[in-house]
Amino acid sequence: MSVEIFRDVAKPILTGFSITAKRLMHRKVTVQYPDQMREQFPRNRWRHFLTRYESGLERCIGCSLCAGACPARCIYVEAAENTDQERYSPGERYAVRYEINMIRCIFCGYCQDACPTGAIVLRKNFELADYKREDFLYTKEMLLESYPGESNEPYVSKYMPK
Amino acid sequence: MPKKIETVVFHDSSTPVLGGIEKGGNVVITTAETLIAQARAHALWPLTFGLACCAIEMMSTVASRFDLARFGSEAFRATPRQADVMIIAGRLSKKMAPVLRQIYDQMPEPKWVISMGACASSGGVYNNYAIVQGADQVVPVDVYVPGCPPSPDALIYGIMKLQEKIKRKKAKSFGDLRLIELTPRTLETEVKV
Repeated sequence: MSVEIFRDVAKPILTGFSITAKRLMHRKVTVQYPDQMREQFPRNRWRHFLTRYESGLERCIGCSLCAGACPARCIYVEAAENTDQERYSPGERYAVRYEINMIRCIFCGYCQDACPTGAIVLRKNFELADYKREDFLYTKEMLLESYPGESNEPYVSKYMPK
Repeated sequence: MPKKIETVVFHDSSTPVLGGIEKGGNVVITTAETLIAQARAHALWPLTFGLACCAIEMMSTVASRFDLARFGSEAFRATPRQADVMIIAGRLSKKMAPVLRQIYDQMPEPKWVISMGACASSGGVYNNYAIVQGADQVVPVDVYVPGCPPSPDALIYGIMKLQEKIKRKKAKSFGDLRLIELTPRTLETEVKV
């Protein structure tokens, strides 16, 4: 009788709790996401940036190769001629409109591969969720970095405590 | 007495956001609706609606690395009767759309929808005859999460955005909490000849 109690009741309980005890020793795996960011993989691709040269001129020349390479057809580029009075990029032409539908984009990075001047890059900002559909149409003003090298800075979460 | 006809609300996304949460000392004075909104925001039970590969990321959001239980949303329900938020994870085919709508209608009233991923939000690369170009053609969507698929932290960010939205909402009546259209749309329209 007592052997049966040990075999059927006590032993399974001990076996079960031994697993619990082992897991208690284990290091904690949870990433406390809003307070603490996990390390992103080096080739992670998220939000797009239009980069600038060191001189402040835009890299984008409005060639629409990114729009051609895009499998989701979410990029729209409209080019215009540079003049000596208004110079945006070193080449002949620049992108007067550059729009990405961020909700249709699949972040494949083909635009980055196709770009001959390295203008469009995908960086680590993954916090893109929003309430309205219209807010996902990223215009050139939103995509273009405000100063050279802004896109290479490490991304800080919007919920990160200061 | 004619019955009052309420206007059709297609989307809740355009509702104006009012007020915030006031804090002060050891005594907290609040309204019942703020308290209810807090309670609702911090116990969002999702309905699994995994349709494609986004569901894998949704599963790993609940797993120990990202641990959605920290936000009170770990209880994934397989029945719409017990769920608060529907996470549409994956491409929504046209054959699945009526099923999605029916399951959405079966959810109890304060209910929200997260459209997860490019395919559910807009169709993504699948711009063809079989895929609904955006789940908001079928149900009103509260939060869109872009990505293909969104990483678990991106989905958690979307859930935090939804919590913010629920907390900021000041409902005047229970009718205001309804996110579906108050008078259902019908396909029959009067044709004037």
